[in-house]
Amino acid sequence: MTDFRIPKPKFFTTTKKGHLTLLASLQSISTRENYELKSDLNSEYRDRRKDAIKKVIANMTVGKDVSGLFPDVLKNMQTEDLEQKKLVYLYLMNYAKTQPELVILAVNTFVKDTDDGNPLIRALAIRTMGCIRVEKIIDYLCEPLRKCLKDENPYVRKTAAICVAKLYDLNPALATDNGFVATLQDMVSDSNPMVVANAITALAEINEASETKDIFVINITTLNKLLVALNECTEWGRIAILTALAEYRPVDEKEAEHIIERVVPQFQHVNGSVVLAGIKVVILYMRVIKTEELIRQLVKKMAPPLVTLLSSVPEVQYVALRNINLILQKRPDILQHEIRVFFCKYNDPLYVKLEKLEIMIKLANDKNVDQLLSELKEYASEVDVDFVRKSVRAIGQCAIKIEESSERCINVLLDLINSSNTMSDMANSKVNYVVQEAIVVIKDIFRKYPRKYEGIIPTLCKNLDALDEPEAKASLIWIIGEYAEKIDNANELLESFLETFREENVQVQLQLITATVKVFLKKPQKSRDIVQQVLQIATTDCDNPDIRDRAYVYWRLLSTDPQAAKAVVLSEKPAISVENQSISGPLLDELINHISTLASVYHKPPESFLGRGTFGADAVQRRAIEEQEEESRESPIQEQVKNENLLDLDFSDTSATPTSANPPSAVSPFSESTSTNIDDLLGLFGNDTKFGTTANSSTTPAGSSATTQSNALNDLVSLI
Amino acid sequence: MASAVFVLDLKGKVLISRNYRGDIPMSAVEKFMPLVLEAEEEQQAPTPCFTHEGINYLYIRHNNLYCILFKKEDIHRSLRYFASSTINLLHLLKTVLALTKKNSNATTILLFLHKLTEVFTEYFKELEEESIRDNFVIIYELLDEMMDFGYPQTTETKILQEYITQESHKLEIQVRPPMAVTNAVSWRSENIKYRKNEVFLDVIESVNLLVNANGNVLRSEILGVIKMKCYLTGMPELRLGLNDKVMFESTGRSPTRGKAIEMEDVKFHQCVRLSRFENDRTISFIPPDGGFELMSYRLNTQVKPLIWVEAQVENYTGSRIEYTIKAKAQFKRRSTANNVEIYVPVPDDADTPKFGNSIGSVHYAPEKSAIVWKIKQFQGGKDFTMRAHFGLPSHCLLISRLHAYICPKIVEDPEKKPPIGVKFEIPYFTTSGIQVRYLKIVEKSGYQALPWVRYITQNGDYQLRMPESIKNNKMSFI
Repeated sequence: MTDFRIPKPKFFTTTKKGHLTLLASLQSISTRENYELKSDLNSEYRDRRKDAIKKVIANMTVGKDVSGLFPDVLKNMQTEDLEQKKLVYLYLMNYAKTQPELVILAVNTFVKDTDDGNPLIRALAIRTMGCIRVEKIIDYLCEPLRKCLKDENPYVRKTAAICVAKLYDLNPALATDNGFVATLQDMVSDSNPMVVANAITALAEINEASETKDIFVINITTLNKLLVALNECTEWGRIAILTALAEYRPVDEKEAEHIIERVVPQFQHVNGSVVLAGIKVVILYMRVIKTEELIRQLVKKMAPPLVTLLSSVPEVQYVALRNINLILQKRPDILQHEIRVFFCKYNDPLYVKLEKLEIMIKLANDKNVDQLLSELKEYASEVDVDFVRKSVRAIGQCAIKIEESSERCINVLLDLINSSNTMSDMANSKVNYVVQEAIVVIKDIFRKYPRKYEGIIPTLCKNLDALDEPEAKASLIWIIGEYAEKIDNANELLESFLETFREENVQVQLQLITATVKVFLKKPQKSRDIVQQVLQIATTDCDNPDIRDRAYVYWRLLSTDPQAAKAVVLSEKPAISVENQSISGPLLDELINHISTLASVYHKPPESFLGRGTFGADAVQRRAIEEQEEESRESPIQEQVKNENLLDLDFSDTSATPTSANPPSAVSPFSESTSTNIDDLLGLFGNDTKFGTTANSSTTPAGSSATTQSNALNDLVSLI
Repeated sequence: MASAVFVLDLKGKVLISRNYRGDIPMSAVEKFMPLVLEAEEEQQAPTPCFTHEGINYLYIRHNNLYCILFKKEDIHRSLRYFASSTINLLHLLKTVLALTKKNSNATTILLFLHKLTEVFTEYFKELEEESIRDNFVIIYELLDEMMDFGYPQTTETKILQEYITQESHKLEIQVRPPMAVTNAVSWRSENIKYRKNEVFLDVIESVNLLVNANGNVLRSEILGVIKMKCYLTGMPELRLGLNDKVMFESTGRSPTRGKAIEMEDVKFHQCVRLSRFENDRTISFIPPDGGFELMSYRLNTQVKPLIWVEAQVENYTGSRIEYTIKAKAQFKRRSTANNVEIYVPVPDDADTPKFGNSIGSVHYAPEKSAIVWKIKQFQGGKDFTMRAHFGLPSHCLLISRLHAYICPKIVEDPEKKPPIGVKFEIPYFTTSGIQVRYLKIVEKSGYQALPWVRYITQNGDYQLRMPESIKNNKMSFI
């Protein structure tokens, strides 16, 4: 093999430390340098010209503006030297947008190159022309493209096929009127597999961009072509074909079976993306299949390749885990014996660990729960706060999901609280979050199994002072209110909060009001004072309308009819449960359609995260010019920041819409998706329903909806 | 599909980039590093894909440092090993990033980015700032050839090297696209000639093991790969026979000798005809030239852990800590494990090590906070013991002793608890019992070629969690 590390002339200037001065993006090259380059580009010596071009490209690479040399670089386009030609082409692609008038000068060479004897040059020319997104050049693109689509060399044809998609992106009418799209449709029958694959890729893209969505329709003949090409093309081509097959709806069960038979061998491909694309086809086609036995077999066949994906590079593991999460919601039986493969390894990246945790909960059952609990306990003693919290939370979810295990779960949680307490005594407050998380989780267990584990309440109350997170505080206060009759000093415990009532988080304040009212209804003598005090503060001193309103509602209720108040406030709460299906049915079906794509990773429908509208050629060009102008003058930072925030808010608004379309009650309190950074940005509602539901059942209906709203409001406010 | 691809340096600055679709502002890349750091500050794991203002960021991290230190297949493992100690390490890693505006195929893009770094590494031996800068012309050419309009094209290094080199331009002959670029056989060129036709097969099994602190095996799995080095003339047709249980069952025959093995999942290099394998379990293919990974397989069989390690830790409050490590080779006597290395984690602040060992060499690696016990040859069936003793300076403070005295449950930071790791190699031995029964080579010129087969078992992700230390509260006054 060639050793590419032979010493070469340096094209980059480096600073003393050897680092590139990359801040150069704001600068343009010095006048002297500019002059030298200009004269070198026009030199009579070939080598000097080529070196100058390399220097220009080097400058371009570090972000310096060399667009001023456009005419001089252009002169060097016509050359026998392939490397030089490629560099000039590269330069053209980068700066054509800023010099649309001058690009016309390049057209001649381009057209000539598409007639070159060397297929490499023909392909290069057509590929580059398609990348120059300037309206003026498009008109000149059609003739060469027509030729290249019929080229005898498959390398040129496969490049031309993609070029049709490029043209369609710039000017759909032109691509259709010239018959290029029709040619693409014919190219699906090309003898060369790579051409077929690229034709399919281009057609799929055009189809998606088209208004009619009827550009790429698979019929019996194309179907067979696809199935034949599937076994012959490169890994990337296979993905394109499988993705196209996933769009196809088989006419009957028999056809579905036939296609599946051809797709299943792809599970053995080394490329994980081919595997996932194959799995997608099979899962989608299974909708058509009625035979139980066949479905069972297919599900069985899908499990091993899914497990193997967990041995790939961590980034792919992550995507696979997010997809497995979806697939499990659709087919809960698929990996039922495989929980062990999801156990976390010490060296897994955090994002993989968190996803594995989610899946372990989904796979938990009465047979494996013991093993799972000992794992979760292990994780709870790790260093990473986020992972520890999620592990503690997972223990609670086990308890709620599997009734037989609830006692063991409670014991594990108590163990964690106790051992963290001894540790935090030793001047180590870091572990305090374990306690806080455990209390939040225990509150949920109490809701699922009322009056079953009252014995541990004293242990929990001992931790009251240590709590500083609103959610943990609110949870414990809820427990105190709910079990006031069992806690002798319930009123004293609540009283201790009164002094700081005004400083508390809204969540805590709301719970305090409710809990005090509950205590009052249960032990009227002891707590007459505090209920008065709380309602007084809440109605007179609080600015938050939700808190005020809730206090008023209670007040009115208590003063008019205490019996009715009892019936409302102390009523039985509906039990909570962990749903394996944390995504609503229709959304889940949509996401299954998007397996392996970003939507399946985010667990959000595409329209929620995609920018609106497309940038046309004009817009991009305008943008490029604007960008450069912007770069050259220093923009006031203040304004920029403001601008960003506006965008931020606007963005999360749109993303929240589809989520809020589902009634919040459909989302179980445990369904919150992992709080990756994205999710937190998007999942405005995912987060607050969690506590919202708690409040829901412990207060009057009027109060509850207010809570949810206020939380949402709160989140929106915190965004700004 | 990807709108643009960037290679970023440690600080997130762009080293080189390529805009494929022109549908996003290239300045979007400037938001990348701040977004990742922001996520880290908020105690959330930055995920490999995220979205911001309608632009999706997908990225992988590539560490040039570890490319040099580890074998290729070790890179990811070592990367993962260090990944949990987030921020500091993050800056050692180079990022390869793709941006997209559409709901693109995330798996494809991430795998493409890995492929890209693989090709760069094969071209330039290592992927460093230096090598990128010195070879920017080739890198631009590769970026142009490997992806078009955001769709991956040719990504086989060997084929790319046939028409993207610097050498060929020095000659005045113009290169042409090799047939292989678009052929059904896109991985092998025609006109390959060898005087001596040979094939080397390496069957390598890596054992992944996870044992919990009580000594229960949580997971044990074998990941096997068959690597080939082909030095064959022309366009040879190869057929590989293994003692595959499913194949024997489907043909109704039984293996002539030894047992047949059941592979849980098999993955093949793209040269293998998948539909043939599906039909009759025949592994038939036209190989690429030179070295490549033909197939990999996975077995979930519960095997006795080959090297078993038991640790006993005694913690003398605030003054010293003692380890007793027992290692046992649980495989047949006639096999021997070579270059065994046992890594036992110790507290970060341990000092003044003292060792007592019956075999091998022991040293303290403070940079890894671990004891490394090396045993050159470890025969099957044997067991050895090693003792280590450390002082713990920071706990010598009277205060911490007092604390310990008052509260018998010991001060122990919830520090990270790394597991015991083991490295080893056992030649001439596969855990699964996989065997190459035959390798048939047919080429139209009719030459004879010799296949050579070698078996080896080694550690994969081999982790045994440390047991809780025994707390010893005897006050040892100085």
